[in-house]
Amino acid sequence: MATTTAPPITRTKTREPLVGKRIRRREDPRLITGTATYVDDLKLPGMHHAAILRSPYGAARIKSIDIAAASKHPGVVAVYTGADVKDVGPVPCGASLPGLRVPHHHILAQDRVYFVGHPIAVVVATDRYIARDAVDLIEIDFEPLDAVADPEKALAPGAPAVHPEWPDNTAFTYHQAGGDADKAFAEAEVVVKQRITSQRLIPTAMETRGVVADYNIGDQSMTIYSSTQIPHLLRTLVGLMLGQPENKLRVVAPEVGGGFGSKLNVYAEEALMGFVARKLGKPVKWIESRRENYTTTIHGRGHVDYYEIAAKKDGTITGLKVKIIQDLGSYHQLLTPAIPTLSVLMLPGLYKFQNVKAEIVGVFTNTVPTDAYRGAGRPEATHGIERIVDMLAAELKMDPAEIRLKNFPAPEEFPFNTATGLQYDSGDYALPLRKAMEIVDYMKFRREQDEARKQGKLVGLGISTYGEICAFGPSPATPAGGWESAQVDVDPTGKVTVYTGSCHHGQGEETTFAQLAADELGIPIDDVIVGRGDTAKIPYGIGTFGSRGTAVGGPALYYAIQQLKEKIKKFGALLLKANEVEYVDGQCIDPNTGKSVTLAQCAGAAYRAMKLPPGETPGMTATYFWEPPNFAFPFGAHIVLTEVDKETGRIDIKRYVCVDDCGNILNPLLVDGQVHGGVAQGLGQAMYEQAVYDDNAQLVSGELMDYAIPKATMMPWVESSHTITPSPVNPLGVKGVGEAGTIGCSPALVNSVVDALSPLGVKHLDMPLTAEKIWRAANGAN
Amino acid sequence: MKITLTVNGKSRTDDVEPRLLLIHYLRETAGLTGPHIGCETSLCGACTVMLDGQAVKSCAMFAAQANGRDVVTIEGLAPAGQLHAVQEAFWNEHGLQCGFCTPGMIMAVKQLLDRNPNPSEDEIRHGIEGNLCRCTGYQHIVNAAKSAATALAK
Amino acid sequence: MIPTQFDYAAPATLDEALGLLAGDGAKALAGGMSLVPMMKLRLAAPEKLVDLGRVSGLRYIKEDGANIRIGAMSTHHDLESSALLAAKCPLLVQTATQIGDVQVRNMGTIGGSIAHADPAADWPAALLACGARVRIASKAGTREVAIEDFFVDTFTSDLQPGELVVEIVVPVDAAGAKSAYVKVHQPASGFALVGIAVHKSNGATRIGVTGLAGKAYRAKKSEAVAADPDKAAAVVAEDVEANSDIHASAEFRKHLAAVHLKRALTSLA
Repeated sequence: MATTTAPPITRTKTREPLVGKRIRRREDPRLITGTATYVDDLKLPGMHHAAILRSPYGAARIKSIDIAAASKHPGVVAVYTGADVKDVGPVPCGASLPGLRVPHHHILAQDRVYFVGHPIAVVVATDRYIARDAVDLIEIDFEPLDAVADPEKALAPGAPAVHPEWPDNTAFTYHQAGGDADKAFAEAEVVVKQRITSQRLIPTAMETRGVVADYNIGDQSMTIYSSTQIPHLLRTLVGLMLGQPENKLRVVAPEVGGGFGSKLNVYAEEALMGFVARKLGKPVKWIESRRENYTTTIHGRGHVDYYEIAAKKDGTITGLKVKIIQDLGSYHQLLTPAIPTLSVLMLPGLYKFQNVKAEIVGVFTNTVPTDAYRGAGRPEATHGIERIVDMLAAELKMDPAEIRLKNFPAPEEFPFNTATGLQYDSGDYALPLRKAMEIVDYMKFRREQDEARKQGKLVGLGISTYGEICAFGPSPATPAGGWESAQVDVDPTGKVTVYTGSCHHGQGEETTFAQLAADELGIPIDDVIVGRGDTAKIPYGIGTFGSRGTAVGGPALYYAIQQLKEKIKKFGALLLKANEVEYVDGQCIDPNTGKSVTLAQCAGAAYRAMKLPPGETPGMTATYFWEPPNFAFPFGAHIVLTEVDKETGRIDIKRYVCVDDCGNILNPLLVDGQVHGGVAQGLGQAMYEQAVYDDNAQLVSGELMDYAIPKATMMPWVESSHTITPSPVNPLGVKGVGEAGTIGCSPALVNSVVDALSPLGVKHLDMPLTAEKIWRAANGAN
Repeated sequence: MKITLTVNGKSRTDDVEPRLLLIHYLRETAGLTGPHIGCETSLCGACTVMLDGQAVKSCAMFAAQANGRDVVTIEGLAPAGQLHAVQEAFWNEHGLQCGFCTPGMIMAVKQLLDRNPNPSEDEIRHGIEGNLCRCTGYQHIVNAAKSAATALAK
Repeated sequence: MIPTQFDYAAPATLDEALGLLAGDGAKALAGGMSLVPMMKLRLAAPEKLVDLGRVSGLRYIKEDGANIRIGAMSTHHDLESSALLAAKCPLLVQTATQIGDVQVRNMGTIGGSIAHADPAADWPAALLACGARVRIASKAGTREVAIEDFFVDTFTSDLQPGELVVEIVVPVDAAGAKSAYVKVHQPASGFALVGIAVHKSNGATRIGVTGLAGKAYRAKKSEAVAADPDKAAAVVAEDVEANSDIHASAEFRKHLAAVHLKRALTSLA
């Protein structure tokens, strides 16, 4: 992949730019007053309500289904089972890998269920209480089958076959190599090996999924309102599933209450509600319960990795071998098999060694599918490399900061080509690490740590230096197109509406994009509205995920505005009877006379169209589809100080310091928010969260009662700061920050606790660092 | 059964099923969109409203239990067109991202400041431990609570 | 998320409530903090709910000679914010502040909590430690039972069909009494993985333990050797069949009980 040199961002001459300012968000007034419209807030005339019967078994044969009683229940409008929907297209997998086995994923189970939560039947009723009651009236004769939930057990000979046609439970194996890892290991002066896991996690957006589907019998058009990160892709794919022409399918993502990747998908229920609405000619609503959210919305991570690192005695890393066992779950959702390939891309982390050998084994289990969850493949890779590098440092009795600094590429080596085929755009990887070390006063801490250890205290410092691949991404490297769209409309009175194909759901682009548009057009921010999330209003877009909203959607908007400015200037020149005008502060100025006309006057002239500039068309709008030339690669350093209570296993986080480099910053307030939230999810993985299936493939952590996402009392104060290395791949110089905190956090925390326990001989701990795990490790019963 | 209660200052009488949860009553019967549903185990706090001045989770009680009582949701926290100091503070301090937990979170902070006008960081964190947020990491919410406390003290 | 149908009654007097509860399939609704979620998950489906929220005379905290009487419908927040308890039985205040969260404490009641007999609830440990008695009423009359005899098994109390907890009676602390409630939270639910309540008064030490076993219990062996925290800790979980789940094994729960008992006794010495 090539990089391009970015043109400098243009600024209006006299106004202080809004970009870079800490401004409060424009989307907030509706959110803080409870007047925003999430899916469950929608009420359409004559709307029905759906409830779904789901499998209580991890694996079972469905011998019979009796819907008679449910159908007769007063208020029930219809009941549909697998037989009714067998001709609906399968839930799509957008990832392709050589030899990938793709089970046919019906929207309702046919004769067999594959995981707890597998949808079997849908009840449609006039009221959600009635629909729920009628679910209990459906009688199913199941023949329970042996199930397997653990990916390593699923690979063992004789394990129950998740899909009977593939008894080895292997969906794919994937190999990638760069350089010559075998040679590097043969010549290595030191080799360190470790099994490192990244446990299964449940994304837990606070708003569960929900769908409202509507169908107009007259013109045969369908509207689907869904809590999604990808309205256009959903339109295309659900349209294909239902045979609904895409031009007669509108998808709206109303206010979306968090996604974290879990709504970057196409789900059975989205097509199912479309099916029901079309069958009945009535709007229908389905709102996922939290229990359903935990058993049927995608999970994240699910890695068992075997790491081997080769190095010289001086700490120079020479090679890495990794085998990844990826728990895929029962089916492929949209990107399921692709996620571990992102891990492979990022295996080298920020280090310059050029010899990598990787293997992925994708394993079916009787569980809900895994897919993209905040970080999606990169946290696993970062956790792995940052842990094994710490272990290597320990083996060599080297300082963990020193070994990192020794292995970073130098700033002059950028763009830097990695062993896995990526080109890191820009960076000075030592910079955030040195800054973080300064903030925690690294040398002083090490001295104090020595003292504390003499007193028997278990204090630790953990470093992670992470890099992430984001701003997804060049189209050849992404499953669905990696570009983004933007449209800028100036209405006849000069007010501006910006439409973005990205689909923010909390990230704040309604504000940052308005800042950008106001700056570029030189108008007050209050004259700008940002629209998104409705396929009837905006040009085809890709969506918000992979830290791409600003990094890909932003440049698209930037270029759309540049294009529009040319048109504005032409109308300005026409009105001013000038050959050429300058556009400054929302006005076209004739440099010769000093006379000016406003943007509103230009727009008015463009719509009134009494006269047109030569070769120009009426109207004042511009649309731009921007294809990024490369990914962007944010990076940073997180340092965590901890103290561990040996008797209780309690971890006390003394300080959390992070220095993130996400390139240029459009709004520091919002970037801080992204970092804090990211850290919370990284900390959740490191310390608390785990999706636990038992041997019968029952999800034991199936409610918020048993799945611990961080509460306010569990979070430390995050000391967040930045270095700024603009990305050369886009005109804004931004890199993306949505996933940084999550990726940087978990290895820093685990490294800190392992450091704290190292005097007791502890070398590695897998997440989550529960009190019991710490206690056992600290007391020699690992 | 018939219930009569005050919702955001207005009295209303409705015929409800005994099993109707207060959250569904507020959202479906009274037509409000502020209180949200994020779980069924009364852990997430997105449904938090004030019942006779005390923060409660409206998904964990029946509408019938609110008969004769006074309910205030986020929509009734400030007069129309105005913001309560806590709302303003959430806005200023970026105490929200996706906004789904926010109405409940604001009510929890309101409850906290009603009882403790000058809370420490630790007290704030305990005051909102019944409200889950997956976006913010809570730090800006803590700032918002501090900032609201300062504003209310003036 | 949606409970099954039930009949609902909201009596105004205790007599009326007891009359309703004497009927088949009736279940008392106090704060509902455990019952309502169970009904929403359809793990409970009572035919009739008797809402105690309107019964007068069940919500009070008052001093009565050597005792403090607490109406069963007093909320956790009532106890948490009681000046009387802070002065005369601070263990209950300490415990109340650690229950659930603010909203749960505003709605949940002490009577409802102990009637539910959740083995991981907080009140049982504290009430065992301070030697509480439970007053129980039914159509047949009123009886009083020592807290140790009240908890029978997991989610099972001594309450018989038609009976209702109406009052909890705790002795006023003697001069110089000391107490502590130490809790290790289950990180998701906030319930106690282990909760240890210690109450020292008039030279005697009482210890209540929750979260560890199928029901909360008084650690009498530890009480007997309470002067030596190490010895007391060593026997706190002796012969106890400890709970085990994805949050903590039986072994770890026992260990936590020992560590925290030792620490509590040391801090109160």
